[in-house]
Amino acid sequence: MGLDIRLPIGFMFALVGVLLAVYGMTSDPSIYSRSLGININLWWGGVLLVFGLAMLLLANRVKRSDSK
Amino acid sequence: MANLHLGLIDYTILSLYFTFVLGIGWALKRYMKTSTDFFLSGRSIPAWITGLAFLSANLGAQEVIGMGASGAKYGIATSHFYWVGAIPAMVFVGIFMMPFYYGSRARSVPEYLKLRFDEKTRGFNAISFATMTVFSSGISMYAMGLLLGTLLGWDFNFSVIVSAVIVLLYIVLGGLTSAIYNEVLQFFLIVLGFLPLVFLGLRDAGGWTGLQQKLSRTATAQGFAPGTWTESWKFMTTPSANPMGVEWFGMIMGLGFVLSFGYWCTDFLVVQRAMAANSMGAARRTPLIAALPKMFFPFLVILPGMIAIALTYQSGASGFALPKKADGTFNYDMAIPMMLGHYFPSGILGLGLTALMASFMSGMAGNVTAFNTVWTYDIYQSYIRPGRSDQHYLWMGKMATVFGIAMSVVAAYVAAKFNNIMDLLQLVFAFVNAPLFATFLLGMFWRRATGHGAFLGLLMGTGAAALHHGLTAPVGSTTLIKGGWLGDVLHRYPSEMAQNFWTAIFAWTVCFLITIVASLATRHNRTDSELAGLVYSLTAKPSEHDLHAYQRPVVLGVLVLAVTLVLNIVFW
Repeated sequence: MGLDIRLPIGFMFALVGVLLAVYGMTSDPSIYSRSLGININLWWGGVLLVFGLAMLLLANRVKRSDSK
Repeated sequence: MANLHLGLIDYTILSLYFTFVLGIGWALKRYMKTSTDFFLSGRSIPAWITGLAFLSANLGAQEVIGMGASGAKYGIATSHFYWVGAIPAMVFVGIFMMPFYYGSRARSVPEYLKLRFDEKTRGFNAISFATMTVFSSGISMYAMGLLLGTLLGWDFNFSVIVSAVIVLLYIVLGGLTSAIYNEVLQFFLIVLGFLPLVFLGLRDAGGWTGLQQKLSRTATAQGFAPGTWTESWKFMTTPSANPMGVEWFGMIMGLGFVLSFGYWCTDFLVVQRAMAANSMGAARRTPLIAALPKMFFPFLVILPGMIAIALTYQSGASGFALPKKADGTFNYDMAIPMMLGHYFPSGILGLGLTALMASFMSGMAGNVTAFNTVWTYDIYQSYIRPGRSDQHYLWMGKMATVFGIAMSVVAAYVAAKFNNIMDLLQLVFAFVNAPLFATFLLGMFWRRATGHGAFLGLLMGTGAAALHHGLTAPVGSTTLIKGGWLGDVLHRYPSEMAQNFWTAIFAWTVCFLITIVASLATRHNRTDSELAGLVYSLTAKPSEHDLHAYQRPVVLGVLVLAVTLVLNIVFW
């Protein structure tokens, strides 16, 4: 139905990923004592960004093969 | 209580999610032209999407929070709710039942009952199901309001109204497609929001072996053998050996067969997702694709609960403890929310809470989309205003969404005020649902089953459930809502769970036998040509020649069952 769901999913996770990663780089390191000293925002932000981009890539490839 | 503090970044992530939810609804608005678009997504959705939605619709917050709670309370044995109590039924509905649901072109589960049996069987199912969905979505709303209140200090009215308005908007705009798309989004949110929690929790506990050690302390402190929390089958030989108070037979027959097949194979909430699929093959693959991630969900939702209880029994070393209720027992429902607050700093905490809220809302949305369809097709079009234009029913569907949500809000407030009424209602629904699978099984695989037989079987099965519940009680029960309200208690079960399983077994058996006897005693009310496409022996097997091996339901089903078996053995 019209909208490819991979687009909004991709956009949302890529955006959240960037937000988290940037926050991870700029936030006070002391808040990471909770997460066992791991900068979980930076790491997980990166994972979400990769996931989001992969979704966008998939959506784009399907779109191109459809229009052929 | 754990009052979490949210920062700007957390609110940003939360509002980003809400924006996308509403945006998806808005983008789908222009495709909602007919009632089929609105209620069944025009039967146009590919299998991977319906599959994830099939899984997600069931993944309401009660499921997430409840499974975390059970993980803390019972340990890895909670996985029975997945590996025994879900996967086999999901494989069955995909391989054996979907050809009739999808092939008959029925637009709902009650409508299948009408085609197969008769009007009264459909009416009974439609009315009880519609009532149940409204209350379930209300209870979901209530639970959300309560949790956000304790966790974030949000006002109950605010939580209820905001969630109601958001769900209302995206369903009225985009119908079932909107609900399904948002369920897919929510699936990824839950997985990606909870994975870091599992990662951090396991790392803190010293991996699986570290957790095993810690949990043996939990088990012995409560008077069980050391491995009780980390071995799923070993302590199922007698009810007294495990905290569930259930033995393997009740587990397999009650949960694995009656309750699980009754839910996954007949509940329109999940079946509707498969009916929206774009082909017979896709409809049959829907539950199987859902089963693939479902197999691994215990690691996502049960493990955090297990870690929470392990840390609690570590007595202070970790600084983590489950809160207690007024009566001194642990408040297990707080296991997952507390873990989020314990391990997640600001930022990823926003993601975790968004995942939690998403699961609340999709639980509501799933119920509301099932309600508006059953209401419009099976009640309004059948009994109130038949023969109107399709546009009229599309309009009615939107109206039904509005008043379905309005009634859910009312139910949420009733639940907040009179907890007992909700317990009572859920009990009644359990009675009505328990025998259902017997009716469908006989309807689909025995062509001699008649409408009168099915109806009588359902009534008697429901009655048997009530009777069994009224004559038995779990050990130590103090209120009549737990059973024994018929005066004499004939049998005491070691736990409430055992009683529930056996109530279901009795109800199913009575319904099964009565339906057979009453069918044989009544006239066959459907000719063979009327039953084509509705009954196994009178339906052509769906052709699979154009499908790749990995797309064939049987291949997928065998794969899923094999992996499930391995998981059972690994955690035996």
